[in-house]
Amino acid sequence: MVCMSSYFNVVAFASCFAMSAAAADIGQIKVSKGSVTVERAAQSLPGVIGTRLQASDVITTGADGSVGITMSDDSLLSAGPNSTLSLDRFAFDSTTHQGQFDASLRKGSLSVISGRIAKQSPDAMTLRTPTAILGVRGTEFVVSVDD
Amino acid sequence: MTDLHSRAAAWATAVLLVSLCGCAHRGTVVLLPEKDGKPTAVVVKQDGRETVLDQPYAAARQTPFGLRAYTSTPEEVASKFDAAMSSQPKRAVAFTLYFIEGKDEFTEDSKHIAEVVSAEIAQRPVPDVIVIGHTDAVGSDPFNDALARQRAETVRAELIRRGVAPENIQASGRGKRDLLIPTADGIAEPRNRRVEILVR
Repeated sequence: MVCMSSYFNVVAFASCFAMSAAAADIGQIKVSKGSVTVERAAQSLPGVIGTRLQASDVITTGADGSVGITMSDDSLLSAGPNSTLSLDRFAFDSTTHQGQFDASLRKGSLSVISGRIAKQSPDAMTLRTPTAILGVRGTEFVVSVDD
Repeated sequence: MTDLHSRAAAWATAVLLVSLCGCAHRGTVVLLPEKDGKPTAVVVKQDGRETVLDQPYAAARQTPFGLRAYTSTPEEVASKFDAAMSSQPKRAVAFTLYFIEGKDEFTEDSKHIAEVVSAEIAQRPVPDVIVIGHTDAVGSDPFNDALARQRAETVRAELIRRGVAPENIQASGRGKRDLLIPTADGIAEPRNRRVEILVR
């Protein structure tokens, strides 16, 4: 019985840990104007100022919308109207500054200032568009995808 | 023969145009200048080719005939990207406060920095503040871990006293593991007795 309960504790602990790890914050919406939405799994959340972001979140802006995001490696991403930005993958070790950041701009306009991940390892940040892959060695650039 | 040749060429061109235009997406990438003139670059990979943008306003444009490199202008960037750029969050700012040997008290010079830090935090609608305490290499690991943590907590308490919301501040200590100035163990070094604050 003792054994049983400790087994359950381990399972409960492990699943808690898995949940908190999966839901780790990778960034935050710092600026939000007009219509901004965050798609997370099957949910659609309002992209208001202060919203904490997670890996795989997709941020969309409406015709009157724009959004500014600070990632936990200090990268800054800001999108103009009618944009769809997907935060595909983000891993960052705040001690070593090693990590990987992959994002995609499916449409719209985006302004980027890369952060510590790209500074530490120049091939560790990529931005995809429907036609190209951008390898980010440094630091400030803008991208548009018109359809 | 010539006729057949040119007809084939026309066909090939038409097929090429259709296949390239079939992809409706057009796009532009422009590298912006670094504020401090440091080297910077973005590599655009498409269709197995790499285009390196490494000069201010170096740009690549998606056309029906593939990627074309060109030089953009501040005017073009402003007209296409004004909305995106004007929503850019404020950059992260880092501060360092120094401490008296073996204590969790600021040095005299560092006292005014707390004021500068809280002013910076006040400018941000949703601030994130990361406070990391460090020590020099004098003393044991347990002693320095506790001291580093205490220094970070002192800074956190000072920022809260100045009106920063507690939930926006994360404080932690790294003991003597992350010396700013590398020294042998047991060496007193004022520049290592510090708290780093990142405001973003």
